[in-house]
Amino acid sequence: MEPQFKAIADHALLVTFADEISEEAHAQVVALDMAIAADSPTGVIETVPALVNLLVSFDPVKTDHLKVEGHVRACLDGLEKQDVKGVQRTVQVCYDASFAPDLEAVAAATGLSTEAVINAHLAGDFQVLMYGFAPGYAYLAGVPKQIQVPRKQKPLRDVPAGSVIIAGQQCLITTLTMPTGWSIIGRSPTSIFTGDPDHPFLFDVGDRVVFERISRAAFEDQNQGRDHG
Amino acid sequence: MAEAAFSVSFAGPLVTFQDAGRPGNMRYGVAASGPMDRLAFEAAHAALGNAPGLTAVEVSLGGLVLQCTKGAVTVAITGGDFVVQHGGQKTGSWTILTIRKGERLSISAGKAGSWAYLAFAGKPDTADWLGSHATHSTSGFGGGVLQTGQAITLSEALVRDDRVGDILQPSFVARGPIRVVTGPQDQYFAEGSVARFVGGAFKVTDAYDRMGMRLSGPALELDGALSIPSEPIVRGSVQVSGDGIPTVLLADHQTTGGYPKIATVISCDTDRLAQFRAGQPLRFASVSGHQAIADVRLYLTEKAEYLEEISVARGTLDQRLMRENLIHGCIYD
Repeated sequence: MEPQFKAIADHALLVTFADEISEEAHAQVVALDMAIAADSPTGVIETVPALVNLLVSFDPVKTDHLKVEGHVRACLDGLEKQDVKGVQRTVQVCYDASFAPDLEAVAAATGLSTEAVINAHLAGDFQVLMYGFAPGYAYLAGVPKQIQVPRKQKPLRDVPAGSVIIAGQQCLITTLTMPTGWSIIGRSPTSIFTGDPDHPFLFDVGDRVVFERISRAAFEDQNQGRDHG
Repeated sequence: MAEAAFSVSFAGPLVTFQDAGRPGNMRYGVAASGPMDRLAFEAAHAALGNAPGLTAVEVSLGGLVLQCTKGAVTVAITGGDFVVQHGGQKTGSWTILTIRKGERLSISAGKAGSWAYLAFAGKPDTADWLGSHATHSTSGFGGGVLQTGQAITLSEALVRDDRVGDILQPSFVARGPIRVVTGPQDQYFAEGSVARFVGGAFKVTDAYDRMGMRLSGPALELDGALSIPSEPIVRGSVQVSGDGIPTVLLADHQTTGGYPKIATVISCDTDRLAQFRAGQPLRFASVSGHQAIADVRLYLTEKAEYLEEISVARGTLDQRLMRENLIHGCIYD
């Protein structure tokens, strides 16, 4: 489908590549996002990449929907068909039972042992699709088919920050203590908030993510060294 | 520089520190936050002669009571029609006063409005996150939610007696329907839903916080059971849940979400919408994107003129007495 342009109030333009989620549409979102970042037109404040569309937010005093659309069209003309090669990031996970209240249920639902569920998760090829829900909540696609489970019937309350949770093909490392209906399979000492003002979040949309298994002792060591800000 | 300090004798729920907000982080799941009513917040600083965007306290309908424990500072209170009590005097919001050690200041819900702002002629010592002191209410990041019993310390606290008195309230703000640009997911709604939204009579419900305001009114049917990819959300997005109920997302909105959005409130109407209260009726009016930009540009010009006007110091008490007496044409010897 041809990219579609929609005015969002007085201050943004939504560029949509598809009606349904596809790798191709997401790749176009990321490529356009990068092109606009490299050559940002007058008045553009920020861009927000999502699954099938990119929001381009602007200052209505300095520009308008039509001017921004013209710039986006020029960017799209210059885009080459290519795979987006995001940076690879490593996230450590401890799968200790006390951190993984749903690991056994995932194993039971998929007919695997808990070790096999862990190994499948570690073998996943993950990519950052978008952020949403709460600060630093990065939706990663790439949970292998054999361990994909639907959301739980009942959300669990007060799930600690750092929990590694899965639902369907998506995986997420939580940043806040929050309720979740996703399956909790481990906990990470790797904070999505880096504390670096120039790069405050670990991932950019489009990045690749690999998980690295660590022991409970290594988790405790890492977590103590963590900057609680 | 002089310091001043307060102890929080009482803080209702959702009383937070806010500065102008942290735009530029939506791609990381972070809404800009900042004041629910940006105009009232800006007016408080302008009327004090402050630089724009300093940290202030946003007071909810739950109210706030402070006790000054050290020093003295001049403060501005704006937003809605709240009740302000200080030194035996009871006034409304849109006022400037000086509070000194031992004195008490109370801001509580009045006849209208959901949010008031307490700005100081000084700098509150608050935590920042991503370069801003604005509180993101669901995470608590930023300056934070005020708690009964906590202390507030101010540096560079000034007494500005030349600014004490009433603040001229803005008269340029549009009344009437809240203006929206329809879409972007209007194609997911059943026929007639967009027309029912734009023409219908809605009410604010009590499901209202810094994230958003749920409305009641005509049901907005979706076109079948749909699984819609999560799409970006902005301040002002009107999302409709599966039960046909619209919610206007506000300062601490999620940045993406899978509910279809029927319309977006234009940026110069989100402040006045935020001041609505539960039970208050409201209607929406549709404008084009082009018209929305024209409306916002006019609003911003008028806002700049208004802020300029109220930023002029009124002068010392003597100067003011003289001027105001002359204006009223009667001088008492």
